[in-house]
Amino acid sequence: MNAAESPQRTDTDAWAQPTERLQVADVPSGALAGTVRGRRLSGPLQGFGQMWQKTFRIRLAGADPDLTPQAVIATWKAEFPSFWPKGNTFYAPLAGIRPGEVALLSVSAAGPVKLHTGVMVVFADPDAFTLMTPEGHMLSAWITFSAFRDADGVIVAQAQALERASDPIFELGLVFGGHRVNNRFWQDTVRNLAARFGVSAEPTTEITRVDRRRQWRYLVNVRHNSGFRSMVHTVAAPARWIRRRP
Amino acid sequence: MQVRSGGERTSVIDIDGELTGATEAALMEAYQQASGPQTRAIVLNFSPLEYMNSTGIGLLVTLLVRAQRQGQRMLAYGLSDHYRQILSLTRLDEAIGIVESEADALAAVPA
Repeated sequence: MNAAESPQRTDTDAWAQPTERLQVADVPSGALAGTVRGRRLSGPLQGFGQMWQKTFRIRLAGADPDLTPQAVIATWKAEFPSFWPKGNTFYAPLAGIRPGEVALLSVSAAGPVKLHTGVMVVFADPDAFTLMTPEGHMLSAWITFSAFRDADGVIVAQAQALERASDPIFELGLVFGGHRVNNRFWQDTVRNLAARFGVSAEPTTEITRVDRRRQWRYLVNVRHNSGFRSMVHTVAAPARWIRRRP
Repeated sequence: MQVRSGGERTSVIDIDGELTGATEAALMEAYQQASGPQTRAIVLNFSPLEYMNSTGIGLLVTLLVRAQRQGQRMLAYGLSDHYRQILSLTRLDEAIGIVESEADALAAVPA
């Protein structure tokens, strides 16, 4: 990364406090907290599948010359849900993207089924922020969003994921098309971000397999699989609608 | 980053200053120096660390995977309460052995 690193900075307030189990304070309409509440965070070391580093970059050439990388990150944090591709919902925490905040999300899965899960903001400073997934999420991952000036002075916005499928079912899903969907998701996201700054550009994608091994000791992660509960939630939607009727 | 020998099978890397994306090349070069055919453990000295962001944590994961591939153990000492908390938050402490001192780290590696 070519981020301009200022000297004598501190990371004290940028990191979330450790948490044993995730708490969810507010549950927006349409969200499902049951796949997040009480779960532990699960990073790339705790997942099952092969580990990948995926980097999606977009150059903001032609943006306002007064724009700074920090302003890009401030906007990305403030308007994070609006950059997600259609059909996917990020329920931003009321306090915004700040260390320790938990956000619920729904992403398009198979057909009408949405995968309900969440993320926690583990790191946030003016230059970057990072989301970490809970148990049951499709990915055991950290995703870092940053912006920096390229050698030619153009601002580059970047989403970088260090990830592995959390369990064997999701690993199969990734192998059979899931990676393509996942990559397109982040490509669309950074494209939408660029459009926010009036830039129409194509992102670049770099994918590196960090670890080809599958971690069989995490086979048991399947018991947290958010797909099962999401499917039940979808199937039970008509019953909930009937119950709510006066 | 400075690399020192901790014995026949152990190398120590002093993580000096910042651990961020900007220090990736230095960290990986330090690992190259630290890792030989006889190396069984890499000890990270966090005492001189002043700043670490989430990209820095990602580098530690990459380093850990490389070390595991070589059959090497990874240990760390000199962590302030703040950096201990970060390793706990990110669950890196489940894969990196955290000890109090360099002597403890060297004692933890079988001769």
